[in-house]
Order: sequence, then C-alpha cells, then structure tokens
Amino acid sequence: MPSLKDLKTRISSVKSTRKITKAMQMVAAAKLRRAQDAAEMARPYSERFNAVLGSLAASVGGSPTAPKLLSGTGKDDVHMLVVMTAERGLCGGFNSSIVKAARTAIAKLKAEGKTVKILTVGKKGREQLSREHGSLFVGHVDLSEVKKIGYADAQSIAKDLLNRFDEGEFDVATIFYAKFETVISQVPTAQQIIPAQFDAAEGDDAGASPLYEYEPGEEAILADLLPRGVSTQIFSALLENAASEQGARMSAMDNATRNAGEMIDKLTIEYNRSRQAVITNELIEIISGAEAL
Amino acid sequence: MADTMQFDLVSPERSLLSTQAKTVSIPGTDGDMTAGPGHAAVITTLRPGILKVETETGTEEFVVTGGFAEIGTTMSVLAERAVPYADMTQETYEDLVREAQAYYKKVVEETENEPGPVDDAAKLLQDMVAVGGHIGLDPKQPNF
Repeated sequence: MPSLKDLKTRISSVKSTRKITKAMQMVAAAKLRRAQDAAEMARPYSERFNAVLGSLAASVGGSPTAPKLLSGTGKDDVHMLVVMTAERGLCGGFNSSIVKAARTAIAKLKAEGKTVKILTVGKKGREQLSREHGSLFVGHVDLSEVKKIGYADAQSIAKDLLNRFDEGEFDVATIFYAKFETVISQVPTAQQIIPAQFDAAEGDDAGASPLYEYEPGEEAILADLLPRGVSTQIFSALLENAASEQGARMSAMDNATRNAGEMIDKLTIEYNRSRQAVITNELIEIISGAEAL
Repeated sequence: MADTMQFDLVSPERSLLSTQAKTVSIPGTDGDMTAGPGHAAVITTLRPGILKVETETGTEEFVVTGGFAEIGTTMSVLAERAVPYADMTQETYEDLVREAQAYYKKVVEETENEPGPVDDAAKLLQDMVAVGGHIGLDPKQPNF
C-alpha cells in the first residue's frame, strides 16, 4: 500500500500530464482547422487538373508514342514506394498505420519477386521502417523545418522522383499516405502515381466534355502536364496527410486527457481512503491508550 | 449568347478568382489570346505573362508564371503560380526572375547545351523579363 505522500506525488504528476495532453489537443485542433482549410483550398485545382489530364490521357493513351509517365516503361520490376508520414509522434496510430500498409505492400511485392525501393517523407516512418527494410532506402525528405506545406515542397519531391524515373531507377511509383475522412478516421491509402492512373469515373466525365482543340499539340501538352500531375498528386497527398496527422493527434490527446482524468479520480479516492484509515488508526490508538489508563 | 461566362483562376494552393467574365486574355505558349463566351473549346499551356480578366464591373489583372488554361462552356486557368497585379512588387518580381535565371543556369549545366530544354528555359527567362517591361518593373538582370 503506497503511503499518503506517494499518492500525493502521483496525483500531481498525472495532473500535470493531463495539462500537457489537454494543451496538445487544443493546439492540434487549431492546426487541424488550418490544415483542413489548406486541403480544401487545394481541391479545385487538383480536381480540374485530373479531369483535364484524364481526358487527355484517354485520347492519347493508346498511341505508341505516349509519354512514359503515362504508359509506363513496359515493365514493372522495380517499385518505388514513397512512404509519407509525420515528423512527430504522439498522434495515435497515424504513423504506424501508414507504415503497416507500406509493410504489407513490401512483403507482397517481394513475394512476387519484384525489387522494392523506398523513399521516405517524414522522420517517423523512416524510423519505423529502418530496422526491417533499411537496406531498401534510396532517399529521405525532411519536412521538419516546414511549418506550412507549400506547393514548392511537393514540387521538389516530384522533381526528385521524376529524375530518378528518367534515369530508369524504377518502373512504378506508389505513394502511401493517410486520407483524411473525419477527425476520428484516417484511412491509410496507397496510390500509384507513375505511370499515371485515372479513375474510371473521371474517364466518363471526359467523354461528355466537348472536343478540345489543343495548343500546341496534344502530346506536347500531355508531356508538359504529366510531371505537373505528379507534383499535384503529391501536394494533395501531403495536405491530406497533414490534416490526418492533426486529426489523429487531436483524438489521441483527447483520449489521453480523459484517461488522465479517470486516473486522477481513482487516485484521489485511494488517497482519501488511506487518509481516513490513517485517522481511524490514530483515533484507535488514542482511545485504547486512554482506556488502558 | 450569354454576355459573360464563368471564369475560374486557381493555383495549387488556393482559388484566386471565380467570377463572371466578359473576356479573358491569356498568355498562351503559342501566343496571347483573348476568349469570350462561346469560344471554341481549347486547352492551351501558358507562358509567363499577364492574365487579364474583364468583368462587368472592371478589369482584373494577374501575373502568372505558367500552367494551362481550359476553355469550354466555362473557362478555367490553372496557374502554377499567380500573383494579383496589385501585389506584384519589385521584390516579388525579382524573386521570379531570379528563379527563372537559376532554372536556366541549371538546365544549361545539366543538359550540356542540348538545344531543346535550353531554348525552353531561355524563353521562360525572356518571358519573365518581358513581364517586367510590361508592368514597369526593372528585372535588374541586363546581362542574361
């Protein structure tokens, strides 16, 4: 049975933990709103972009001269996995769920006899993957200095990826990130970005749109747009990830705050009980002392 | 025919303008063009230049650094970066020119003077400098 003093120190330590988690939750809530706004602002661009790219791809896709970014290298031996995670922890299962999705994909690709290369974005994913798959790392992007994700950040990742693709380092690139659904649900998602893939639904939309004239040529535009498409997709993945991270942190910290509260209640009851026991003991001692006289 | 059409100017980070426009002038890669309602459906890439939107209440101008435009029943410009004319200061402009110049240098080094990419980069830089001439800002890069 812990002494009264021990209980008192524990209560005050849990109380200060609760203060910290509460503060982190509030910060995460504020950041979440900003991240959500950013993601929403970026949506019109990527939607338009994908619609145009989709319709272009549909019309050029079949031709043998189609750019490699669209048609692929003709092989799928080397896979590049871009694993996007957070720079910081304390956000529940956010990082590990993305890493888990990546691990499953790596195991599957390896079983099929493919070569896997990993590019990590964000420190946490790198840490978690390094023990098992450290030898597969080909690069790392550090975003810890970045306060607000800008298009330029996505562009530099895309540029790196495209350079590697041009040098024939890989055939297929997939990005792993968490899609933001609600504050309590973030879905780890794998999305293939090279060669570009378009949803069937977008293809249908393209069929209904008017027949466009292209200036300069169709293929010149496509060659110009595809690299941008990669940046755009990476950008929206980064934004989704940022929102998901804050959402996950918010609910994790909310849980932690609640647990700390419960713990404080329990400890306080224990503290009061043992205080009463101590008083009762003292009384018994006094009374039996008095009776003995 | 309607007098106006829906016009959207969006950049990757945010939507800059969404309005009913009478005409829109865009700096296409193959030349400037002005589109009004009922224009033929065109998709064109953009070079750095001035984008001018004429609405019923006045004109608005933006400096765009590239991207593409989609003209159909509605018109949208997806700009790599767009800065409202009024926000365009000497400083911002110099940044843009410097960026274009750095890109040009890099391309020259990397591709060892292959005509294609170097010409493209040179044109980008030239266009950027021309933008400055148009809006009365000094590129401060006389010897490029």
